[in-house]
Formats: sequence, C-alpha cells, structure tokens
Amino acid sequence: MMPEVTLIKVGMADLNVADGGAVLKTTGLGSCVGLTLFDPDLRIGGMAHIMLPSSDIARGEGQLNIAKYADTAVPELVRRLASRGAAIHRLVAKMAGGAQMFAFMGGTDTMRIGPRNVEATKQVLDRFSIRIVAEDTGGSYGRTVELYSHSGVFLIRSVQHGVKEI
Amino acid sequence: MNLFRNNADFKLDVLREVGNIGAGNAATALSTLLNKPVDMAVPTVNLLPFEEIAERVGGSEAVVIAIFLRVEGDAPGNMFFILNREPARRILQGLLGFGAAENDDYSELELSALNEIGNILAGSYLSSLADFTGLRMSPTVPSLAVDMAGAILSYGLLQFGTMGDDALLIDTTFLEGQQEAEGHFFLIPDPESFDKLFRALGVPI
Repeated sequence: MMPEVTLIKVGMADLNVADGGAVLKTTGLGSCVGLTLFDPDLRIGGMAHIMLPSSDIARGEGQLNIAKYADTAVPELVRRLASRGAAIHRLVAKMAGGAQMFAFMGGTDTMRIGPRNVEATKQVLDRFSIRIVAEDTGGSYGRTVELYSHSGVFLIRSVQHGVKEI
Repeated sequence: MNLFRNNADFKLDVLREVGNIGAGNAATALSTLLNKPVDMAVPTVNLLPFEEIAERVGGSEAVVIAIFLRVEGDAPGNMFFILNREPARRILQGLLGFGAAENDDYSELELSALNEIGNILAGSYLSSLADFTGLRMSPTVPSLAVDMAGAILSYGLLQFGTMGDDALLIDTTFLEGQQEAEGHFFLIPDPESFDKLFRALGVPI
C-alpha cells in the first residue's frame, strides 16, 4: 500500500510552505507563475501562485494580498521558509507558468502579463541571490504544478504535453 | 471587497437583467445556428473569490473550450463563452454534420467553427447590450483555447486582481433539452465599467 501523502493546495494568489514529505500543489496556472523554493538540506519547500508582477498597481481599500504580486510574494515566501529554519543561501528556485493564453494583435501590457510575471519574479529572486535551477515558462498553455518537499522534485502537468519533471 | 456602496441589491438585479438581455439574444442566435431550441437559465450575478469562478465550469483543472474576447468601448470588460467537451462535440456535430474530434484533437475546421460560434454569440450579446444601454461596446477578434479552466479564466480576472481577490461575474448557463448545461456565458466587466453601466441605465450610483 502506498503511504498517504499530504497534499497542500495553494490557491490563486496564495502561498504556503511544506516539509515532512508533504506535496505542495497549485492548479490551472495560465499567465500566473508557480514559483517554488526548496532547501535541499532541510528538505523544506515553499510555493507561491503569483498573479501580477508588482504591488505598485494595487488599488482600492482593504488589505494587500502579498501572495498575489511577485515583488511581495517572493520576500514573504523566503521569510516563511527562513522562519522554519531554511537558509536563504541554500534555497533553489524552480518555476513554471507565465503563459500567454490568448494571442492578440498588437498586444497591450495586460496581454503580455505572463512574460511580465516571469520577468518580475526573476528580478526579485535575483535580489535575494536565489538561483533558478529549472523553469518551464511561457508558451500558450495552462499548467498544474507540484513540489515534493522531500526531494525538491517539481512536476508539471499540461493538457497538451502530459507530465514533465524538472 | 465592497464594490457597490449604495443600492447593492438593486444593482445586482440590474446586472442580472443585463445578462438576461445579452444572453437571451445570444441564445436565440445559437438556436438559429443549430436549428433547434436553446434555453437559458436565469443569469446569476455574484462577487466570487477567484478560486470559485473555475468551479462553475467543473474546476480549475477541467478541460474546457473557451472563446475569449475583450469588450472595448464605453464599458470595457472580458467575455468568455465556455463549453465542456461533450456539448462542444454535439454542437459541432449539429453544425458540421459529421463526427467531431475524439480527445482534444480538434481539426482546423472544427476550431474555426467553434471560434465563429463564439464570435456570433458574443456579437449578439454585446449588440443587444449596447442597444439597451446606449453605450458603445464592441468585441475584439475572438481567441480560442482548449485548456484548463483555471488557466483560461484567470486571464479575465486581472483587472479585478489589482483591487482584491474577488471578481463580479455575470454567468448565464445555456441549456439543452432536459436542462442539461450546454455552455456558459461569462461577462466580467472591468471594475470601472459598473458606474458607467449604471449611469447609462439611470441607476443612482
């Protein structure tokens, strides 16, 4: 019998961390970016489902959802992992998503949101000197991703391309 | 998120009527295309958390056929015509007269037929809405995707994303025969468009 694996779901504009072999999963990434950070020594991982590149564009009242924007989600994920004992210099990043689901003529900024999410995420990772060891970004298709907190294995599922491990 | 400060219930009623008029015309157009009766359910208007929007069409990972177009003009927004696989197959069968794709391998002809259906339906939805409100509203060229519902719909939530974690969705379900869902029409006006819609319809803001 297969041992039970704890699955921790990360929603849209949400983030979470996991260890002890639990699996982090986020579904239906389109232009959003699924970013994962992993500390191989401690075998702890974190995942963020990033929707927009920068919190500068946030409007309206109410509390800012820091998991939504690349510039706020990455520091928060790093903080959450560090508070569980992870060392920032050991963290490695894997990411997927940032697709352009629909192609339009003369695309506006909104239309290019996928690539912009990827660029913004990379910029913030760079600020923390976190290395990106694998990525599967761009294209024009949706992805569901899983991070195995024991191994750091990152699985990507898509309708057209099946399952792939990076 | 508190989208409407005053008269919230009345405003939701008005938006329901907006969906009724738009989708009513689109249902008539679909019925003409397929040469059989197409019914629709009373539209629902809800401010929903992003996560729940994909639940309407089977969940974030459910594979759907979606025609997306942007509404341009006085009250911009996003519009989706969404079909699950089986209804899409039935529609193609009815329209083209031969068996549609197994799996998700649609031929160019089938994709182009689906795209054109989306185009016609969105056009009739919007033109009736434009007549009703006196606002200028025109659809962009439609774009089609066969993919996970979550990946597709999140694209229509970006305008709301800058404000909060919910979006206001006008959802109309098309029914075929014995109340079986044939497809969905989603209209997600940009947050700034609501006041324009209400003003055009004489609703106090």
